[in-house]
Amino acid sequence: MEVPYIVEEREDTGLINSKLGIWIFLASEIMLFGGLFSAYIFLRLAAPPGDFARWASELSVPLATVNTLVLISSSVSMVMAWASLKLNDLSKYKMYMGITLLCSLIFLVIKYFEYTGKFHHDIYPSSSTFMAIYFTLTGLHGIHIIGGMIVMIYFWLPIGYKMWETQPEHFANRVEVLGLYWHFVDLVWIFLFPVLYLL
Amino acid sequence: MSSASHNHDHHDEGFIRKYIFSVDHKVIGLQYGITSLLFLLFGFSLMAIMRWQLAYPDTPIPILGFLFGESGTLAPEQYNSLGAMHGTIMIFLGVVPLAVGAFGNYLVPLQIGAVDMAFPKLNAASYWSYFVGGVIMISSFFMPEGAARSGWTSYPPLSIFENGQTMWLISMIFLITSSLLGSMNIIVTIVQLRAPGLTWMRLSVFVWAQFVTSFLLVLAFPPLEAAAILQLMDRVAGTSFFLPSGLILSGEIVDVAGYGSPLLWQHLFWFLAHPEVYVLILPAMGIVAEILANNTRKPLWGFKPIVYSIIFLGFCSFIVWAHHMFLTGMGQAMSAFFQTTTMIISIPSVVILTSYFLSLWGGSIRFNTPMLFALAFLPMFGIGGLTGLPLGLAASDIYLHDTYYVIGHFHYVVAPGTIFALFAGIYYWFPKITGKKMNEMLGKLHFWPSLIFMNGIFMPMFIQGLAGVSRRLADGGVSYAHASGVLHWNEFMTTSAFLLGIAQLPFIINIIMSLFSGEKAGRNPWDSTTVEWAAPSPPLPHVNFDSEISIHHTAYEYSVPDAKKDFILQTEK
Repeated sequence: MEVPYIVEEREDTGLINSKLGIWIFLASEIMLFGGLFSAYIFLRLAAPPGDFARWASELSVPLATVNTLVLISSSVSMVMAWASLKLNDLSKYKMYMGITLLCSLIFLVIKYFEYTGKFHHDIYPSSSTFMAIYFTLTGLHGIHIIGGMIVMIYFWLPIGYKMWETQPEHFANRVEVLGLYWHFVDLVWIFLFPVLYLL
Repeated sequence: MSSASHNHDHHDEGFIRKYIFSVDHKVIGLQYGITSLLFLLFGFSLMAIMRWQLAYPDTPIPILGFLFGESGTLAPEQYNSLGAMHGTIMIFLGVVPLAVGAFGNYLVPLQIGAVDMAFPKLNAASYWSYFVGGVIMISSFFMPEGAARSGWTSYPPLSIFENGQTMWLISMIFLITSSLLGSMNIIVTIVQLRAPGLTWMRLSVFVWAQFVTSFLLVLAFPPLEAAAILQLMDRVAGTSFFLPSGLILSGEIVDVAGYGSPLLWQHLFWFLAHPEVYVLILPAMGIVAEILANNTRKPLWGFKPIVYSIIFLGFCSFIVWAHHMFLTGMGQAMSAFFQTTTMIISIPSVVILTSYFLSLWGGSIRFNTPMLFALAFLPMFGIGGLTGLPLGLAASDIYLHDTYYVIGHFHYVVAPGTIFALFAGIYYWFPKITGKKMNEMLGKLHFWPSLIFMNGIFMPMFIQGLAGVSRRLADGGVSYAHASGVLHWNEFMTTSAFLLGIAQLPFIINIIMSLFSGEKAGRNPWDSTTVEWAAPSPPLPHVNFDSEISIHHTAYEYSVPDAKKDFILQTEK
């Protein structure tokens, strides 16, 4: 017998399994990044006054601003991809999913130049507590981006979207759940940007 | 299960698909069960070697002595290694996977009348992630650096500089991933896959306990993962998250950026590790509830207060963590807060235990093996819980902290507490899992010596601890004058430990013997009320039940007045 409530919602909870699952997963992700953000606060309070701000001035605010815009656009195109599926338009879905992928790739390329720029100036995670938490937080966020991209590529290629022909609802749900994850990764960056670059 | 493979003919599954990379919750539950029981045995053996050293410091370890160099005795760093690995293996690879991975996986879908877990493939991924984590943890013994030796708590700065810690951290990341996938799955399964008619207050205490436990795992483990990542950075990238400025190692100032804080690790670690205590105890309470109601033949006394207490315990377990840190000088206000919350959290535990005791009142008790273990759980957990109170008060904890008193306290909770409940569960559900009953005589031969020798090991720890003997000393504290009056207990404790090991033989023999020649058990050998007993024994692969399940009763309708039998299955119309 098939596990129920994969496509249609359970009446009394109003949920499908995967949507509840992803929300609980995101709750755990909040605790993961929450742990690291609390570490940031803890260490900032313990550091000499001005130390964090001085090291933060080494970072490039313009690059990070571009990256913020890039990620927000990727979230928008992710919603558009899902909406296209709901409007029964697979070719538009492919286009929007492609844009999302492209945005996340741009984000990673910019991040790569930021990292190597630091290394050229002999700034490493071991240089200061601020740089340590900067590289750890953005590195972990980058791994989340890469994880999301792997799933996106899978859904973007025929091997992933061939499900559309037989079970369109199920496929749209998959994209929606991926979208929820992606918005979360975006949201983490929205917090990282001011905390690391601006404060 | 993809829809393409959906048919009722599962005979074409190959051996590997069916028993190794299965997505059936029952097979995965058994995989968890067997693996974690082996880890329990391994963790126990590590402890047996340490106990030999404590009782007979200068006598070479029998049989296994050659593993530890020419002298045949443990060097201090080897002792530390075994200690760290004993704790880690028992908690993260033994008890929790057995209580949540095995019992949760096998029984939760059955007790809610579901066909499987909500995400069968994630379930398999969870087991294999656990397996890989376990392999990495064990393999660290064979690395040139050796296994981790900084205690299961891995406090920095020691853990940053000690050998073997990197493997420990990598293994933990796998184990955390595994528990995350598993517990997420259990939550979704309970919310989404309850059979028609199974409302929240009709769930058994066992399912409630697994539900709350899963939330604890989902929310408490990630901060430890964060901490593990930071510690890994400290070890491999030269950062100093946990290293203060001006730290001196071997007479020289350590060359790091500084401004880190060892206290930060302790906060992140105990933010997991206190809820982890409830992860250890809640499933045990759930198992005991099932067995008590079944063998007293009456409804559980105070079902609702028990459920509310479990939920309250879950919430409170997130705000008591710093009672492990009274000695760190974090300040009086913090201590006052955390000792208050600690006193508050003891209330729901007492409510649950009292309800269990009152459930016995007026029952006609059947003293079978599962019931004996469940009954022993009550006073053993009681001793463990009550001896915890002086540790929760900052003033008395300053004296007792890191003494054998602490070791005695938490071992009473986990060993004769949780592990007895898990034994009870194995005896109780074995007929459901295999279709055969376990042997009662061998069961009693397992129970009575285990009960006696458990107390033989842990009771003297209170005596030693109150005398001020510290934990984690490779020589057991012979160089301290205050310890001299109580160290003679070590021989007694070590003897008890070895006898406890021998007392497990009837259990192992019983499992193997019953598997082949046990008395046949029908669907419901214990005349029980909960849903899993409506399934065939063993339940059918992939579908569990052979008829449509709908629920018409609460979980413990025993001895209902005017009923034909003294129990009403939840599925009966």
